[in-house]
Amino acid sequence: MDHSHYYHAADLARFGEVGKGAPELWEKFQAWYGAVFAEGALTAREKALIALAVSHAVQCPYCIDAYTTASLEHGSNEEQMTEAVHVAAAIRGGSSLVHGVQMRNHLERLGM
Amino acid sequence: MRVLPTLQKQHHPLASGAAQRRRLAQLPLARTFEAALDGAGLLPLLATGIEVLQVNVGKKCNQTCRHCHVDAGPDRTEMMPPDVVDACLRVLAESAIPTLDVTGGAPELHPEFRRIVAAGVALGRRVIDRCNLTITRLPNYRWIPPFLAEHRVEISASLPYFQGHQTDAQRGEGVFDESIAALRELNSLGYGRAGSGLVLNLVTNPVGAFLPPDQRAAERDWKRELGRRYGIVFDRLYTITNMPISRFLEHLDEKGQVEAYLTRLVQGFNPAAAAGVMCRTTLSVGWDGTLYDCDFNQMLDLPVGEGLPRHIRDLDAARLAGRPIVLGPHCFGCAAGAGSSCGGAVA
Repeated sequence: MDHSHYYHAADLARFGEVGKGAPELWEKFQAWYGAVFAEGALTAREKALIALAVSHAVQCPYCIDAYTTASLEHGSNEEQMTEAVHVAAAIRGGSSLVHGVQMRNHLERLGM
Repeated sequence: MRVLPTLQKQHHPLASGAAQRRRLAQLPLARTFEAALDGAGLLPLLATGIEVLQVNVGKKCNQTCRHCHVDAGPDRTEMMPPDVVDACLRVLAESAIPTLDVTGGAPELHPEFRRIVAAGVALGRRVIDRCNLTITRLPNYRWIPPFLAEHRVEISASLPYFQGHQTDAQRGEGVFDESIAALRELNSLGYGRAGSGLVLNLVTNPVGAFLPPDQRAAERDWKRELGRRYGIVFDRLYTITNMPISRFLEHLDEKGQVEAYLTRLVQGFNPAAAAGVMCRTTLSVGWDGTLYDCDFNQMLDLPVGEGLPRHIRDLDAARLAGRPIVLGPHCFGCAAGAGSSCGGAVA
């Protein structure tokens, strides 16, 4: 097994091995995860697109692979998926920028 | 339209069914299809009758789609000879098989296409033409739409997506615009219009190495988008999984995705889909009259099981109706997710 890098594409298929340390918690996670992504007030397609966007926000390469495939398999197209990624990027960018107000508050405290 | 040489023309190693079977057999899959069926209580997988006689009249086509399981194209010369056509029509006349499904290549390129269709209609059978749409735009084939309408033939037309670049990526540059023109003409003849009785179904294969979307949800999107963008109407949308054989196998190989795609199919095994696979109710006839469980087995040179009649001239419906299906790893393609058949999802 190659451990020279932190991320390996093949490790996604080994996700279930995480359950070995705490099987009951893993089973609860699986049941909850399955329920979260089931068709509900939001469609499975909408949930997959949200997951794709969040995957980019948290920069999880496993999740990006998984939800790129899931989005395609739920009928989303490249344009829709790219817009979802832009939403994630915009929130990340905006969240940095909105902290500029904090900077300004402190500037005001320090300045004359 | 952009057309590429077929695998056969390129003398590609995957041009032969045996080479494709060897490539698939090398893959380290988590389990065999037989083991998956066994786990679902479906082994042996038996046919339940012959509801569809699917006749592949030849491999010639005016397109060279990236996912084509036939390796069809303009350079293919295989065509069903007249005596085999006669044998197919005789079987139809002497049996109660309710559906004649005519496929290819582009089946309309067969010189006897009109005779085959007219005979099936005259026998009172449901006749399906698997049409690639663009063939109807060629100068010598403008007769196709009115001929199909006159004989009230059901059309299963290929269109992978309601946008141009995805469609052209799979089927060749320029295919989308010609397909839209063909669909408009079919609509003008009444095809796809409520109350006309002229059935126009669309068939979509994913443009890539992933499973098709939910068929009902996709149909809603397609009806909305094709209507809004182009004023096109149709009856049903059928989602079909790309089969990892022939040109799609070569495409996967080129992308280094063979194992990942097969793994996706194996992980997606659905017992309900496996129970409803089309081979249980279909008999497939090759251009030379050889009998197969399905068009995919046909392209892999896997005829019906040993000891059974293997040519249309020798067809014995009673013996073939409950036959054990010939299986391979490619069968995961029909049993993954919601399943896949020439009539779309099965589960």
